[in-house]
Amino acid sequence: MVNNETKTVPLDFEQPLTVLAQQIELLEAQLQSQPELEPDVTHLRDQYEILRRSIYSNLRPIDHLALARHAQRPYARDYFDRFDNTWMELHGDRKMADDPAIISGLVTIGPYKVVAIGTDKGRNLRQKQICNFGMPQPEGYRKAMRMFEHAEKFHLPIITLIDTPGAYPGMAAEEHNQAEAIARNLMVLASLTVPVIAVVTGEGGSGGALAIGLANRILMLEHAVYSVISPEGCASILWRSADKVATACEAMKMTAAEIHKISVVDEVVDEPLGGAHQNYDLMAHTLQKSLIKQLDKLTKMSPKQIKQDRLEKYRKIGVTVE
Amino acid sequence: MDLKEWFANRRKRQENLEIKQPLTTEEYCALWKQCFQCRELIYTRDLHSNLSVCPKCQYHFRIGAQERIEQLTDEGSFKELDSSLSSTDPLKFFDTASYSNRLEEASKKSGLRDAIITGIASIQGKEVALGAMDFAHFGGSMGSVVGEKVARLVEAGIENHLPVIIVSSSGGARMQEGIFSLMQMAKTSAALESLHEAGLMYISVLTEPTYGGVTASFAFLGDIIIAEPGARIGFAGRRVIEQTIRQKLPNDFQTAEYLLKHGQIDMVVERPKLAETLARMIDFHQVIEFRPRVAKTKVEATSTHREQ
Repeated sequence: MVNNETKTVPLDFEQPLTVLAQQIELLEAQLQSQPELEPDVTHLRDQYEILRRSIYSNLRPIDHLALARHAQRPYARDYFDRFDNTWMELHGDRKMADDPAIISGLVTIGPYKVVAIGTDKGRNLRQKQICNFGMPQPEGYRKAMRMFEHAEKFHLPIITLIDTPGAYPGMAAEEHNQAEAIARNLMVLASLTVPVIAVVTGEGGSGGALAIGLANRILMLEHAVYSVISPEGCASILWRSADKVATACEAMKMTAAEIHKISVVDEVVDEPLGGAHQNYDLMAHTLQKSLIKQLDKLTKMSPKQIKQDRLEKYRKIGVTVE
Repeated sequence: MDLKEWFANRRKRQENLEIKQPLTTEEYCALWKQCFQCRELIYTRDLHSNLSVCPKCQYHFRIGAQERIEQLTDEGSFKELDSSLSSTDPLKFFDTASYSNRLEEASKKSGLRDAIITGIASIQGKEVALGAMDFAHFGGSMGSVVGEKVARLVEAGIENHLPVIIVSSSGGARMQEGIFSLMQMAKTSAALESLHEAGLMYISVLTEPTYGGVTASFAFLGDIIIAEPGARIGFAGRRVIEQTIRQKLPNDFQTAEYLLKHGQIDMVVERPKLAETLARMIDFHQVIEFRPRVAKTKVEATSTHREQ
């Protein structure tokens, strides 16, 4: 049932599926000795598919969050490696460090050469520690800024893939002025005359996500989430309780579908049934197609129009009454 | 007046005489304030006339947007912009109470429509586009209204060719407006990009406290960044950092002086000198075009020529 070689870890809401799958497996083992079980097995397999579809079409916000944070969710590196096999990584902010939580480089997407930037959470524990669980340091944002300027100089479009819990609340991060690093990125991104497309592939965590997310078009994967504060943070501040996370998820309207409805996100990219981690290749292919479609439109604009388009997009966001 | 009448009047006077109750705690607090730093009791009126700075230890009390504007601007020069702009509840947000109720409550408490007042004013004769945030309203948090008002203020600056000054005081983005609040960081930064392109000046004044989404957008994008003494400024809050890294932070961590030491801000300016500093800063940068000093006499000649 799973296309990847490694078995995926089931989530809470997938429990009924796991139970059913176990039963099917048991029956299949007996099929050799008792061929009369054949219709039962077929029936159960059908049931399994029906249940799977119904579960994935009725996900709660917190289930989307679980999928977005899935340990096997594809990260930026997994996508960049699959984009036409042309990924060339570039390192360092030229000032202080090379933050592994933000990766940057050059890649080809269909007919387009682009500068690509993404966050990296790290796959195993060692990598996760190196990548600080996908939470960039100020040096990471400054590395991204260097790449923005590189793209501007060579008239290359920018693609950013976002999957981060947010900025890192650390002492060094504050001393190196992460607020300024994020703010400066926003200002530089607003000034660019090349197309910028941001894709929230997993967690879009607050300022850390926005620092590489001010774009002409914002895309979100079907199960990705994007919010102003982590649901845990929101629950502990507003409800003063850690077990109100599900409620906070609902209140904040953080799923792709909800954010698309209020027109902050321009396109929701479909994921393979069961989430992006079920099939990396298919997911990368779908995303690539969406990116090419968006780039086709954006590259037709003049540099001045591209900048204007971005400024107007953000000028309109917000709801007020006079 | 005969004696009888006098007695009658006296009785009446006694009936009308009000017996004054001792001051309630609230009234007492309104009359006197205790300094948070040196514990000195200060008569509120004295504190107010001393620009809300403790006369003994120079502790800078938090002040509201209205008081800030009164302190900085020339009397009667402030013309408010977008005073009627107010928040709605776009997400129908509900925690323990609904966001619309909380908005009403906050407005009642602070007497403001939202956490910022913007307008055109003059500071010691220099005309500026000025915004002042108010921590007393919803923790000075930035939602759609703050974002929109900042953007409009910057646009007013561009239109009238004025320098922009924003005095920040904020807990960060307003959670109750969800993703809209986050996007205000982008909106305000994009607006400042246009100001930058127009070659106009932006001075950011950071006051106690400025945190989160506000520091990570317009508050740290100033051409010049000034902070008030002792103000706490940062992205993540002190408690969150301590819990994350599990160690005690230095006492002066995230204070204006600490930031100055770490190269994050240009200067720490005491409140009594703030208006003057701003005016001088603006004056210094009001150079229409660069001319070398030696050409001074020539320039004067051409200008008189133009007048004729």
